[in-house]
Amino acid sequence: MSSIPPKFSPGRSATAAPLGAPHGAPTPADIHAAVEQVLAERKQMDGALLPILHGVQERLGYIPPQAVQPIADALNLSRAEVHGVITYYHHFRSEPAGKCVVQVCRAESCRTMGGEELLAHARQKLGCHGEHGASADGAYSVEPVYCLGLCAQSPALMVGEKLHARMTAQKLDRILEAQA
Amino acid sequence: MSKIYVSRDSAALAVGADEVADAILAQCTACGVDVQIVRTSTRGMLWLEPLVEVDTPEGRVGFGPVAVEDVPKLIEAGFVRGEKKHPLCLGLVEEIAYLKKQQRLTFARAGVTDPLSLADYEAHGGWAGLRRAVGMQSDAIWQAILDSGLRGRGGAAFPAGIKWRTVAQAKAPQKYVVCNADEGDSGTFADRMVIEGDPYMLIEGMAIAAISSGATRGFVYIRSEYPLAVQVLREAIAKAREAGFLGPNVLGSDKAFELEARMAAGSYVCGEETAMLESLEGKRGIVRAKPPVPALVGLFGQPTIINNVLTFAAAPTILAQGAEFYKNYGVGRSTGTLPFQLAGNIKHGGLVELAFGVTLRALVNEFGGGTASGKPVKAVQVGGPLGTYLPESQWDIPIDYEAYAKVGAVVGHGGLVVHDESADLAQLARYAMEFCAIESCGKCTPCRIGSTRGVEVIDKIVANQNRAQQVILLRDLCDTMVNGSLCAMGGMTPYPVLSALNHFPQDFGIPSDDRAAA
Repeated sequence: MSSIPPKFSPGRSATAAPLGAPHGAPTPADIHAAVEQVLAERKQMDGALLPILHGVQERLGYIPPQAVQPIADALNLSRAEVHGVITYYHHFRSEPAGKCVVQVCRAESCRTMGGEELLAHARQKLGCHGEHGASADGAYSVEPVYCLGLCAQSPALMVGEKLHARMTAQKLDRILEAQA
Repeated sequence: MSKIYVSRDSAALAVGADEVADAILAQCTACGVDVQIVRTSTRGMLWLEPLVEVDTPEGRVGFGPVAVEDVPKLIEAGFVRGEKKHPLCLGLVEEIAYLKKQQRLTFARAGVTDPLSLADYEAHGGWAGLRRAVGMQSDAIWQAILDSGLRGRGGAAFPAGIKWRTVAQAKAPQKYVVCNADEGDSGTFADRMVIEGDPYMLIEGMAIAAISSGATRGFVYIRSEYPLAVQVLREAIAKAREAGFLGPNVLGSDKAFELEARMAAGSYVCGEETAMLESLEGKRGIVRAKPPVPALVGLFGQPTIINNVLTFAAAPTILAQGAEFYKNYGVGRSTGTLPFQLAGNIKHGGLVELAFGVTLRALVNEFGGGTASGKPVKAVQVGGPLGTYLPESQWDIPIDYEAYAKVGAVVGHGGLVVHDESADLAQLARYAMEFCAIESCGKCTPCRIGSTRGVEVIDKIVANQNRAQQVILLRDLCDTMVNGSLCAMGGMTPYPVLSALNHFPQDFGIPSDDRAAA
């Protein structure tokens, strides 16, 4: 008998698929349901705020401004405190990202192996400009990341949930074409 | 049936290990060859990933790096039977010099076992340390750690035994054990390799720390850039708990220890221990002033043992084999082994675990095989983004904490990023300041503002606007940051900057013979 154990899929930490496609369009009812569900599951945890924010972002793809008040109420915090935490951490988004997020590593190791050129290529190819720019059609976001920990196989990037190392512009083009 | 091993850790997946494993299975099945594919973790020879290993009576035979396109020819050449005809054949994996010349204590199981198999872990020496610990007095446990000379592997190199003793002797209603797995340094991946490749070793080490100190709860703070590691560790914790290695009665004793993996959120400074505590408490990751030290006033104000993944991972070996055994590795006050991580522009990148005392030249040339580009090495940054750039004149210093401190360098977490001669050290120095500006928590002024000023000053030096004066200003600024910052973020950002300026002045537009002026 041939056998193969179940695969891991990097990046799939979400317990539920983000609602709506693209991420940009959860309704107020979607947001309410997601926040209430996460709060019910996690508000009793010690130091619950980060796990709650992760939960909301996993479900909605970002943390909508409307989620701040109910989270603050549940944890007996001010809205300012919750807002402060959301905006402090690079991982949390207050706005929806492009449907597919391309994260390109900008740390030293990838830098010395052409990571900056790769980032420029990705931005130009996908029409994503600025630090966290999404493309005009909302299909892609290209973002910097520090770092993916694939430093022995630089340069590295992540497309959606999949890691890619020893990258070149040509390989990235092939990956993006295969996705389209 | 042939057993075939393929890694499923992030490093292997990023170069297509899943696709290779799928192709082998599908194509073998199609031609009626019976194979079982076991997903292990990486051996740490990352230039060979995806590495495919086949069980044979003489040991595992390796093939790598394998691409999906290679699979038909590999099958044709009988690789499933361990035949060594295919050009990708590497011979017996354990005989590969890169691996054979290492001294693997922490990474002995890496790539050998199925990371989530409790049976595999046990069969390869797992839980022996914890079994000994539950039968010991708690002070004998921290004494063993103290006697081993183990120092914090996260970068600060503080003696772990002293920390453990402080927490053990503190009186408090609740104590915690927290593992710092916020491995944010560029050039490092050893923590991830432990968590994805041998998670029970970390769990065992933390349980030993808990029993020694009276802590009943623990957290592992893992960076959000490592989602797979979070997933593997959560699964490992659940399995270990079910099997009685965690929970209300650790190994049937009266000691309780509950462990939880928490995901970070992409802030580099949360690798600093007090910022990490704030983050675990659900706040912005702002650095706390010390004292009080976290060993006395830590997580939720309670005594807390905080160590890096590699520090906890060393504890099972020390308990199982004795402090003397561990102490016999290394030099001077740097005892034991350090998993060096060879990264950047390097031919044979990967993990090399060796006793302290090895030189950079040996690591980069003998193990690393020089640069990937084939050009001469110009500088090696050791110890992450806050580490020093070492020029060739410093590559023969035996690596230990004291010897490196003497030349103003740091061993840090053991990450080496190699740069070839095309590297522009002025731009790398600028990047160090830029990175500090992005990641500063903002609490102290030298770090928050100094980093932004640093970028501007370096730009002026490079553009030759009042260069001589700007160099003086940069040195003055670095002095303020080193001495005036609250934590290592601002306090060590000048290390890469000044080492670049001192050793590679020509990159800043300063002629090398004009060094005195610099």
